[in-house]
Amino acid sequence: MSGATLHNTSPAAPRFDVPSGTAFSSSSRRKWVNKLQLQNLARYLSPLLMILCWQTACSTGLLSTRLVASPLQILRTGWTLVQDGTLSTNMGVSLLRAVAGLSLALLVGTSLALISGLSQLGENIVDAPLQIFRTLPVLALVPLFILWFGIGETPKILLVALGSTFPIYLNLHKGIRSIDPKLLEMTRTLRLSRSQTIRDVILPGALPDLLVGIRFAVGISWLMLVVAEQVNADSGIGHMMMDAQDFLRTDIIFVGFAIYGLLGLISDQVVRILERKALVWRPQHLKTTASA
Amino acid sequence: MNQISPLIAAPAVTQPAVSVRGLSRRFGNGPRVLNQLNLDIAQGEFVALLGRSGSGKSTLLRTLSGLDPVTEGHISCPQEISVVFQESRLLPWKKVWQNVTLGRNDTPRDQARHVLEEVGLAHRIDAWPLTLSGGEAQRAALARALIREPKFLMLDEPFAALDALTRLRMQDLVSALWQRHKSAVLLVTHDVDEALLLADRAVVLEAGRIRAELPIPLPRPRRHADPVFVRLRATLLEHLGVHE
Ligand SMILES: Nc1ncnc2c1ncn2[C@@H]1O[C@H](COP(=O)(O)OP(=O)(O)OP(=O)(O)O)[C@@H](O)[C@H]1O
Ligand SMILES: [Mg+2]
Repeated sequence: MSGATLHNTSPAAPRFDVPSGTAFSSSSRRKWVNKLQLQNLARYLSPLLMILCWQTACSTGLLSTRLVASPLQILRTGWTLVQDGTLSTNMGVSLLRAVAGLSLALLVGTSLALISGLSQLGENIVDAPLQIFRTLPVLALVPLFILWFGIGETPKILLVALGSTFPIYLNLHKGIRSIDPKLLEMTRTLRLSRSQTIRDVILPGALPDLLVGIRFAVGISWLMLVVAEQVNADSGIGHMMMDAQDFLRTDIIFVGFAIYGLLGLISDQVVRILERKALVWRPQHLKTTASA
Repeated sequence: MNQISPLIAAPAVTQPAVSVRGLSRRFGNGPRVLNQLNLDIAQGEFVALLGRSGSGKSTLLRTLSGLDPVTEGHISCPQEISVVFQESRLLPWKKVWQNVTLGRNDTPRDQARHVLEEVGLAHRIDAWPLTLSGGEAQRAALARALIREPKFLMLDEPFAALDALTRLRMQDLVSALWQRHKSAVLLVTHDVDEALLLADRAVVLEAGRIRAELPIPLPRPRRHADPVFVRLRATLLEHLGVHE
């Protein structure tokens, strides 16, 4: 019996010849890496080409530089704005508003989501009004906010907070409500107390959804800030851009535009890093740490 | 109900670890899923519960473990119980050893290691549950059940989702663990061989009632080829409505 199985397996062995197998896989990986780099290059090729066209159109006079500043002009202006401190002051102000508004949203959004996620009574009280509010266009509140809170920092921070509260609330609430009931059953058989269940099961289980909500909230906060700073402000990136409009300085407007983009990109990256740190147990993160 | 002073109790008759009397259960206006069920499990006895799908096995287990309410009848059950389900139900965001000690905050890691050694999973003590194989996850679930030193252990088709080879290993493991810890065990299974390998007694449930009980007086370790095993197997299959 055992002799027969031995005899059966031996002719098949050369097929799993080790050296040829590894040689194949390493060469294919190298090709794959090359391909990836090429693809990355190709991705940036088209925007680069567009910028080049833009520059030539401006230099040859095809595009009026009064309406659209040239890329070189934008770079030069950006540099002077950095040097005379205008940019850093305005950016600091904008960043502070975004952070303050987001922090407020995080506090209010998570509290409301916990109230309505953890108790039926809480859901009855909190959820319906929030679902109604969330369908309203928050930006339409700008005039009202100016009336109520004047033109100081308060209306801007509150506008940011209001806009970004909803994604945090909605996602965390959904996360809490969609915890696997089988896990909750298991905690009951283990006789876990309610507070232990919340701490060890419900909150960590809803964390991925909370992080998704935060990412949406970050995006929305910049959007709210743009509007708030362009309507009534004497500082901030948005104000810098509105000021430039009066003097037909399209280059400054483009610099502000780029800064908003950059800030959005950076804050999104920050949340992604946070995600990778907080969700180490997830298979996709496990894979990346294993291969790194 | 039967916790009355053990000092006066007659020493000859030992109390059963688990006793179910006249237990009935229905969902809404449906038929009775459990129908006037009576069942005793002695201290340290291993009982296998069989029956076709929908016969009420899981419902009985859920009632015994306190997940479902007792609406009609009586049950008496030890305080220290543990349940292992078909899925391991580990928390993916806690490492294996933290899952094992879940809800017992004062339990040191060494104790978790000790139990994990018993189930042969000590080398994965710091692993994330989503990286475990099906068999490893069930071992972790067993460890989580054992660390509580249950007087009554319930297993609801714990190996149904495992491959045949892993299942055999897990059956050996459960058998060894039970012989060491000697808690009362109720194992729900669809596998007649599994019941005959492990249990002292097989109980067949049908339409919420016990249709047949079959003592399995075989010495351990048991072998499939044993003629008594083969005979018991035929009897049990017959009770289940399968004719070989
Ligand atoms: N929550 C519920 N609501 C309504 N009916 C239910 C519920 N839980 C179980 N049932 C019904 O009770 C009956 C018995 O279910 P149970 O899960 O106890 O069967 P089982 O013997 O464990 O079956 P299986 O071998 O498939 O696991 C089934 O007909 C099922 O549809
Ligand atoms: Mg079942």
